[in-house]
Amino acid sequence: MNSFDYIRPATVAEAIAAAAEPGSAFLAAGTNLIDMMKTGALRPYRLVDLTHLPGLSDVEWLADGGVRIGALVRNADLAHDPEFASRFPAVAEALLSGASAQLRNAATVGGNLMQRTRCRHFADPASACNRRVPGSGCDAIGGETRTCAILGHSEACVATHPSDFCVPLAALDAVVEIAGPTGTREVPLEDFHLLPGDRPMLETMLEPGDLITGLRLAGDAAAFSAHSRYLKLRDRTSYAFALVSAAACLTIEAGEITAARIALGGVAAKPWRAKAAERLLIGAAPGPEPFWRAAEAALADATPVGGPDGDNAFKIALAGRIVTRALKAAAAGTPARIPALPGSVHVANGDPAHA
Amino acid sequence: MTYTIHLTLNGTPREISLDDPRVTLLDLLRERVGLTGAKKGCDRGQCGACTVLVDGRRINSCLALAVSLDGADVTTIEGLAEGDSLHPVQEAFIAHDGLQCGFCTPGQIMSAVGLIAEGQTDGDPERVRECMSGNLCRCGAYAGITEAVLDVQQQMSETEQGRKRA
Repeated sequence: MNSFDYIRPATVAEAIAAAAEPGSAFLAAGTNLIDMMKTGALRPYRLVDLTHLPGLSDVEWLADGGVRIGALVRNADLAHDPEFASRFPAVAEALLSGASAQLRNAATVGGNLMQRTRCRHFADPASACNRRVPGSGCDAIGGETRTCAILGHSEACVATHPSDFCVPLAALDAVVEIAGPTGTREVPLEDFHLLPGDRPMLETMLEPGDLITGLRLAGDAAAFSAHSRYLKLRDRTSYAFALVSAAACLTIEAGEITAARIALGGVAAKPWRAKAAERLLIGAAPGPEPFWRAAEAALADATPVGGPDGDNAFKIALAGRIVTRALKAAAAGTPARIPALPGSVHVANGDPAHA
Repeated sequence: MTYTIHLTLNGTPREISLDDPRVTLLDLLRERVGLTGAKKGCDRGQCGACTVLVDGRRINSCLALAVSLDGADVTTIEGLAEGDSLHPVQEAFIAHDGLQCGFCTPGQIMSAVGLIAEGQTDGDPERVRECMSGNLCRCGAYAGITEAVLDVQQQMSETEQGRKRA
């Protein structure tokens, strides 16, 4: 790990001023940042510690039935907040499907948005990575691409965003609150992360010194609470990033879908909202055929890296199936309690899914 | 530059001087204050061998900067037993053979203590396994670990009911 200066600001304004200097990084729990500093992938020379700042750790209920989540709220605290889990069950399920209990106890919601891709070439300074070192190339393209993006990738970068939490947030039109050197502003979560294009080093729309202060979900997002799921396919039962995942949120009246929200994870450099798929479901009776049509629409533009036979071509079919399955599970109704294996397609039937 | 932080380590307030902000909580414990119970397995938050409680919550001490934890209350495996009297989770790991080589055991036990405090598993073995997934055991003592956690939860819930009746 490189040497750095440690700064502990007393106010948000001090934090922003300190982090506006080039080479600075904000430190919250550090569960991703410290890991990437240990590999040498990230080498900030100044860490601005946010964890002692007041006023960023609250979950506040809004008059419209929505919620404001302070940026320093810990993932586990949000997921286990009974009121939050009841109004936004897919978000709670996504949080609990990610990482381990230890990491969820430490990691913050703002940090979750800011986490870096788990592409192994990004983490390894000996690899070429346009995202880490602009213009250095991409060792994933032409190499092992099994877990890489199938949507929105470019010739410069095929990395995916690893967050589970961000997937239902994108589906439910979450808003990110930002404080920066020029004041405060808000941006839809869907616009927060950037696709790589020819500048993959630009991962979010944040400018130097910009600080996420909170997230908001509007009251109308809670209208989906009776039919909301997050499902995730991964290489092992627990404690693994998604190969593909999907959040599906429905409202159903008199046997007809009246509103639908769908987003995918593990498929692109950002959580991937599927609005065309959502539109197809309006007015349909819940069932396999409309769900599969919606899944096909969600993946219509998907392409494997390196041509039709690319290593990650299987992710397109897999993503279609997880969208279909998430819609089916959402239509069946949000379970009274988050399942023993959150986000899992394994159903507890007496046989342990865990070895 | 020197950074002075205050920690409560296993119940004892300590003032600690850090000559370098890069020191993780795990390295502080092992290299600077002589508490070598928490283990350095992967040093990247993937194995759970370094698990300790910070303000009563289990975390990976290898990914936490000590300087940032100024003011925290830290409990390590060394802080569980009272004299020669083991903590119930320690007793249960012995009773259920929840270990073989023992390297992951301090992290497993601290994680189990944290899990019980979190109160999310309700005696369901599947929930226990899921909530212990951040602790790897390469000897494969998982069956005994799950039984140990379930047994302690059962004992504690009986004690709690006994207290209520009394």
